Amino acid sequence: MATPAIDVRNIVKKYGDFEAVKGITFDVAEGEIFGLLGPNGAGKSTLIRMMTTLLQPTSGTAIVGGHDVVKDANGVRQTIGVIPQNMTTDLELSVEENLIIFAKLYGVPREKRDRLIDQLLEFVELTQWRDAQVKNLSGGMRRRVEIARGLVHEPKIFFLDEPTTGLDPVSRVNVWEMLTRIQTERKLTILITTHYMDEADKLCDRIAIVDHGELKALDTPMRLKMSVPTDNVLEVNFASTPPGWIEKLKTLPEVETVVGDDHFFKISSKNAPATTMAMLDAAASAGVTVQTLSVASTTLDDVFVHYTGRALRDALQDASPNESAFMLRRQ
Amino acid sequence: MNRMWAIVERELRRFKRSPTLIVISMVFPLVQLVVLGYAFGGNVKHLKIGVVDQDGGIPAVPVRELAMAVAGGAQTFDTILYADQGQAVNDLRDGRINGVLTIPPEFSRRVLSKNDPHVALIEDNTDNFVAATLVGAAGSLLSGFGPPTPMPRISPVPQLDVVEVYPYVPYVQYLLPGSITMSIFMMVMIGGGIIFIDDKARGLHEGYLVTPISKLELVAGFNLSGTIKAVLAGVSIMIVGSLISGIPMALDPMRLLRLTLVIVVTAFALISMMFLIMVRVTDPLTPRAIFGVLNTLLYFPSGAVYPQQGFPKWMQLIAVVDPFTYAVHAFKDLLLKNTGLGAITFDLFYLLAFSAVCMTAATLLFKRTL
Repeated sequence: MATPAIDVRNIVKKYGDFEAVKGITFDVAEGEIFGLLGPNGAGKSTLIRMMTTLLQPTSGTAIVGGHDVVKDANGVRQTIGVIPQNMTTDLELSVEENLIIFAKLYGVPREKRDRLIDQLLEFVELTQWRDAQVKNLSGGMRRRVEIARGLVHEPKIFFLDEPTTGLDPVSRVNVWEMLTRIQTERKLTILITTHYMDEADKLCDRIAIVDHGELKALDTPMRLKMSVPTDNVLEVNFASTPPGWIEKLKTLPEVETVVGDDHFFKISSKNAPATTMAMLDAAASAGVTVQTLSVASTTLDDVFVHYTGRALRDALQDASPNESAFMLRRQ
Repeated sequence: MNRMWAIVERELRRFKRSPTLIVISMVFPLVQLVVLGYAFGGNVKHLKIGVVDQDGGIPAVPVRELAMAVAGGAQTFDTILYADQGQAVNDLRDGRINGVLTIPPEFSRRVLSKNDPHVALIEDNTDNFVAATLVGAAGSLLSGFGPPTPMPRISPVPQLDVVEVYPYVPYVQYLLPGSITMSIFMMVMIGGGIIFIDDKARGLHEGYLVTPISKLELVAGFNLSGTIKAVLAGVSIMIVGSLISGIPMALDPMRLLRLTLVIVVTAFALISMMFLIMVRVTDPLTPRAIFGVLNTLLYFPSGAVYPQQGFPKWMQLIAVVDPFTYAVHAFKDLLLKNTGLGAITFDLFYLLAFSAVCMTAATLLFKRTL
């Protein structure tokens, strides 16, 4: 089995009596986009800060890019690119100056530096803004500067702590597209923390749900949704159906009831994804064409409720005052 | 150490883009120099003194005439004649006049019988400067009373001959060494301490903490950039202040070179101290809160505005460790006495040793993590 890009084993972070991260274990494969999903104060940022050498774990280990975050912190720093939660770009400097300074901090040779910066500015679509002071750019553009800055030394692993928080919907989609392109073109391993369900669902190959410093669930978005028993309705319109088709539909897995006529059927299921997959297989083998299909499917919000016992939007509002204050102090 | 230079470059590029910071940190010491220098340095004039002649005799007339001569000549005070002593004292208490010169009823008789004549000066002693000036002026006024006494050709008692080694030093020049030190401190405080903590509070330091820069490179980078900024402020105030206060040969290149050396060493000492104080601070209010306290604690005991010999013991102890003391002493030697480096060797040695101690402690205390 290939060595994982990130290997976290039983990692713990305590501040006095408060345990921010309670023994979390997971690994991230090379080239994977991995999401840490949870509300504020869940321990996501603490976790990412331990993996990026900004915080020392109280116990446990984290191997990032083959380097131990405690024993070989500089090895880790050389391998990773980091976009912290706070905007950390110098507002007084120009876009290009920010990239130059960080290239120097990472020890990128001069002959390589200029070429890399040109490529990155083009990649994040900021070439025409290279001489603009960052303070004159919009929030979305500043995020793109940070993405370019995080890649200026060609890291293998890219950490992003809530990269789209505070951005407008258009800028968020723009950042998502950019991250997907980075992953595809540069074969980067990406670890991202977020409290946006749609972001995790759209971007991540696998998602770890974190709450109160504990790992509640870890799997692909589809499997996480399938793992949650729900009572959903599929509405299917077939081009034509053979005799006894309704009886066939009733035998599909997790189906509770089926109503319909020759073409249009409503299938009530305990597990919509599983029933959908089985229905499509049955239709294909019987030579039945599916004209339209709509599924009121399980969302990651349902998954979050299932594994944490509360809705994410409630968790965001409830993020315990003590924990929130604590997180603020730590920043 | 290439990474250290990246920190220096970053800080200086930001500094260049912050003209407000540059102006603020330079204007305060200049304003202080000019306002304090001319406020404290000038002669006190036009004090109001009430003259009450209770005697009315002929010998009292020269006293009144001498008082009016002072009013017309040196203008130390203006005289107001009172007929009633009670009215004069009431006006003194109400602040309408600064003192009352009373010629008592028996003045003439005592003058003529050469029997210990006295003139009284009732003064408002809530203002020491005014009171001392009045006593001095009234004393010299009385010394001119009576016929001139011929000085013996050979004095029977020892006489004091005063030889002034340097030209007259106006107070504004006396203040200049403190103002240069203050400008360095201001830049260190605003351009070093406050910006450093503000960056921390904004989370900006996370950006460079995730790079492979070493602790020493980081501390050295911040100290070096802070020193360069403070040197620019110090040199500017040194040149402008010298010209404003009229330091002789202000632009002599050798002296400018020696002064710049002291500015560099002072800037390094103060930025090291600042970094040591701020190394574990995270709250942006802290540097602002300690700014005033630190300013007072370092500036006044240094001898910048008043001789240290006049301080109480506890303040003299502060002065011994205060880096301002050595900077101000070195600047005074170079600016007011135009000495060579030999006279300020100990000052330079102390400031360098102070920097080394602060720098080492700051590096040890600096946290490479959050």
